[in-house]
Amino acid sequence: MSFFLISSIVKILAVFTAIMVGVALLTLAERRICAWMQDRLGPNRVGPQGLLQPAADGLKNLIKEETLPAQADKVLFLLAPAMSFIPALLTFAVIPFAAPLPTPWGDVDMVVANLPVGFLYILAFGSLGVYGIVLAGWSSNNKYSLLGGLRASAQMISYEIALGMSTVAVLLVVGNVTLTDVVAKQSASLFTWNVFPLSLACFIFIVAAFAETNRLPFDLPEAEGELIAGYHTEYSAMKFSMFYIAEYSNMVTASALMTTLFFGGWDIPFTTWDNAPPWSVLKTLLTLGSFTLKTLFFLFLFIWVRWTLPRFRYDQLMALGWKVMLPLALTYLTVIATAIWLLHDQLGWTYDTRFALALFGLNLLLAVPLFFVLDRGHIIAGSVAAEGAGGGGGRA
Amino acid sequence: MAIGVKVMKRPGTEVSYLRATLKGMALTLSHLWRPKVTMQYPEEKSSKDWTLSPRWRGTHRMLTDEQGRAKCVACGLCPQICPANCIKLVPGEDEQGNRYPLIYEIDEFRCVFCGYCQEVCPEEAIHVGVHYENSEYSRDRFVYDLERLCAQTHPVSTLWDPSDPKGE
Repeated sequence: MSFFLISSIVKILAVFTAIMVGVALLTLAERRICAWMQDRLGPNRVGPQGLLQPAADGLKNLIKEETLPAQADKVLFLLAPAMSFIPALLTFAVIPFAAPLPTPWGDVDMVVANLPVGFLYILAFGSLGVYGIVLAGWSSNNKYSLLGGLRASAQMISYEIALGMSTVAVLLVVGNVTLTDVVAKQSASLFTWNVFPLSLACFIFIVAAFAETNRLPFDLPEAEGELIAGYHTEYSAMKFSMFYIAEYSNMVTASALMTTLFFGGWDIPFTTWDNAPPWSVLKTLLTLGSFTLKTLFFLFLFIWVRWTLPRFRYDQLMALGWKVMLPLALTYLTVIATAIWLLHDQLGWTYDTRFALALFGLNLLLAVPLFFVLDRGHIIAGSVAAEGAGGGGGRA
Repeated sequence: MAIGVKVMKRPGTEVSYLRATLKGMALTLSHLWRPKVTMQYPEEKSSKDWTLSPRWRGTHRMLTDEQGRAKCVACGLCPQICPANCIKLVPGEDEQGNRYPLIYEIDEFRCVFCGYCQEVCPEEAIHVGVHYENSEYSRDRFVYDLERLCAQTHPVSTLWDPSDPKGE
């Protein structure tokens, strides 16, 4: 029991530190990558290659003046940054990030809390993050902030459903809601990574994750052009910084989730050496490296997409969420459930590479017409009112 | 839609969401490795793409003769022509009847850097300079006296020549 306590505390401290340092470096990475994509150099003055820039920014934010709008709801106003920040960190608790570590007192699972209901925990806490944003928008007593908060809640609710539906497909394949089992099930070979048998679910999940983390092209709650930075207009100094930390922690968690659910978690591809006991420190370190690399790739994807795509218009965002993503996720779930029923219950296949490849083939068949139609914009454009229809048509 | 947003009707062949997205992503990715245009200012002050123009009109410089005296003969033309009235000149005369400036001060805060003083000067004494790093810790340091004007070493402006408008 005391060993469990001590190892848990050590894991909590290690994960918390890693995320905080990661988030700090991520703000720098965002600025430098954005600069490189625009043929600039970015902040490179503070420390070697600008590595101490986050420390300088943090110090600046700590000593800046805190403003409190006179009309603001003080309790909620002060609570909101924490409300958006804490769920982002809590979600990471159930993500397994390496192979178990052997110690003289027994193996330690490299996950802060190996919850049997890890999956549901993630869905629950993932949607709690929106409270921070909505409360911030509401308590600021500022019309732009309120609009930002409202947009955030509408967007979160819309995409949460598609997100949940896409992950149900993972549950169908894995047959368990524990994330360590999800990773174990994927580790047989490269093709049992869920991205192959469940490519479309992965696509839906990634799109929905962008919307959930309020990153471009879905950063409607911020929309600095129209809403003056939306929900955090009235925030300054460290409270403003907290929203930033929350955004980046959300990105880290979302990337870690993509890795865990669809890209084999800490599994090292092309080998099964790392997936089976006996565990060793080397295995733990290598699998941790594998997990980190995959997560970093998705973090890069977040940044890359942000500096490439423009923001959606609000009606397009809603149309995409409700008229494309949700029906798509539901249909896909039906198809995948039928396929699994056929292969598993009728043909009696066990879940292995052959099973995964069969599902992958099915995904390819579905993806070609889907991407063709999506690309032509038939679904999104079809949701737009016809010219001249609706009261104020044409009055821009 | 309740609010009136004008929606362009485009033929399906012109519409592209995924291909255009992928194309854009490929473009931004390729820019990661392209040469950067940033000039790292305090270390680099000019690059092959950008140098300060020789016609730049910056803070003044007074040229001196072989004995190190200012070339100025205190004729009074530069304070006369100065549109900002920033030149203070008190003329003096020595035993041989040579005129020289007793006081010659330019208030660089008032100056509009038009370059008329250089154009009007018959002795080619006062010049505007090709120079821009002028920061000081106090405001009164921006009134340049004669000694300071003579001590400047930066290149002087070539100004604009109407017979050679492109500077060739």
